Amino acid sequence: MAVLLLAEVNNGELAMDATAKAVNAAKALGDITILAAGGSAAAAGEAAAKIDGVSKVLVAEDASLGHRLAESTATLIVGLADGYEHIVAPATTDAKNVMPRVAALLDVMVISDASGVVDGSTFERPIYAGNAIQTVKSNDAKKVITLRTASFDAAGEGGAAPVETVSVPGSDGLSSWVEDKVAASDRPELTSAGVVVSGGRGVGSEEDFKLIEGLADKLGAAVGASRAAVDSGYAPNDWQVGQTGKVVAPDLYVAVGISGAIQHLAGMKDSKIIVAINKDEEAPIFQVADFGLVADLFQAVPELTEKLG
Amino acid sequence: MKVLVPVKRVIDYNVKVRVKADGSGVDLANVKMSMNPFDEIAVEEAIRLKEAGKADEVVAVSIGVKQSQETLRTALAMGADRAILVIAADDVHQDIEPLAVAKILAKVVEEEQPGIVLAGKQAIDNDMNATGQMLSALLGWSQGTFASELDIEGDTAKVTREVDGGLQTISVKMPTIVTVDLRLNEPRYASLPNIMKAKKKPLDEKTAADYGVDVTPRLEIVKTDEPAARAAGIIVGSVDELVEKLKEAGAV
Repeated sequence: MAVLLLAEVNNGELAMDATAKAVNAAKALGDITILAAGGSAAAAGEAAAKIDGVSKVLVAEDASLGHRLAESTATLIVGLADGYEHIVAPATTDAKNVMPRVAALLDVMVISDASGVVDGSTFERPIYAGNAIQTVKSNDAKKVITLRTASFDAAGEGGAAPVETVSVPGSDGLSSWVEDKVAASDRPELTSAGVVVSGGRGVGSEEDFKLIEGLADKLGAAVGASRAAVDSGYAPNDWQVGQTGKVVAPDLYVAVGISGAIQHLAGMKDSKIIVAINKDEEAPIFQVADFGLVADLFQAVPELTEKLG
Repeated sequence: MKVLVPVKRVIDYNVKVRVKADGSGVDLANVKMSMNPFDEIAVEEAIRLKEAGKADEVVAVSIGVKQSQETLRTALAMGADRAILVIAADDVHQDIEPLAVAKILAKVVEEEQPGIVLAGKQAIDNDMNATGQMLSALLGWSQGTFASELDIEGDTAKVTREVDGGLQTISVKMPTIVTVDLRLNEPRYASLPNIMKAKKKPLDEKTAADYGVDVTPRLEIVKTDEPAARAAGIIVGSVDELVEKLKEAGAV
């Protein structure tokens, strides 16, 4: 039994957290070969070789794989698929773009966002925005799976797997990259941060979101937002936590001015400790919070920021 | 140019989901059903393309149970020109997998020859996020997923995508498949006169067998459970108490 695992590579750099979590989730499935693909991927491949439990690393470098364009990346994976029963990836937006394409080319169903591995063909996954957990058994010869990183711990580092270079089929010319608009930030990345501070509609404006950012910076945290805050224009969409945004499971999650709609809870309820600050004591967020504070956030957040540390 | 928009009938997003006690699934009997919210955005975008003179016909297609006809009527009331219903299941609890849906859609594309397929990025029931990518693979077309902006210029389209960490803009060759994200547009409501008019618009009925597609699921559903409940914690009286509790818990 062998597993081909698509590493998360961004601009030549390995996203260690997401990749190491996927390795840990997939280790029960068989020997893991990592595929590091990109316009430049050699350094990412070297980094991936250090993850515990990795048997081999394949590096695929070609301009056509830059920016993880789905068409070329899927063609590459399908060409390598022989001999692997499982083809897996951390459930990032890149992998969600690529893996269903891979599955269709192999004529198998994709198993998206698996949150649990029961055995080699049986997986758990959240449906209905996390309101139900479905256990599915695949009858396909190959299983193509994206793994929800928030559900798994990261594998350690200390390995030294051999690294090989593989040839790349080249571009099919279907799509090309134009530009990235990535928000530059010194804060930790949302899905791998140990602490997340999120603001909701209650924050009231983009300007007042600075309060949330101030508390986040005090805690060395990533900043998140509810869909309501994003829809109201208070925060950018890549901060969105929830069913339609990112799924996070930090050690500490602080929800400020967030009522706790089901779609938001789906994105954060696996956090270890949840703190909720809301002036409405009836807000559903208090039903999942370990520590709730019924207070006006405009007083409580500055006070909390000052009193921490 | 013709635009094809696949739409799915799903549990209304405002309805609280109830997992059946015997683990057999989610209760959909006598529950309000609506068009998948992401598909509404796709229909809206298709209509806007037509209004902007970039498309001349909008065809909505739905694959599932007979009742999906209502979902198609909604698309027609919003402004789609005609609809195709592909009946692939008798029981409302039977979800047709994205792979089978994509195979049927590929046949519909062959017949209809659209210049673009606009689809929702995921359905809010099975949360698979797969049909658009799978259809693109089966047709050998380009794909632009999770779109928050779409600009068609001749034989290419510029698609701005919502990705981890920000936005990515790519250029895709037409014909293409674009799956839409929340911020692409705000779908319109169908007006009463348009709802009445929609009843007269053409709606073709087909079956999966007409397209020669086997819809037998590849994934066997073993069981469906309620998620583990999180125990409620305590309400603290002040910021000081909160700081103290967080320190005790080793969280700060």
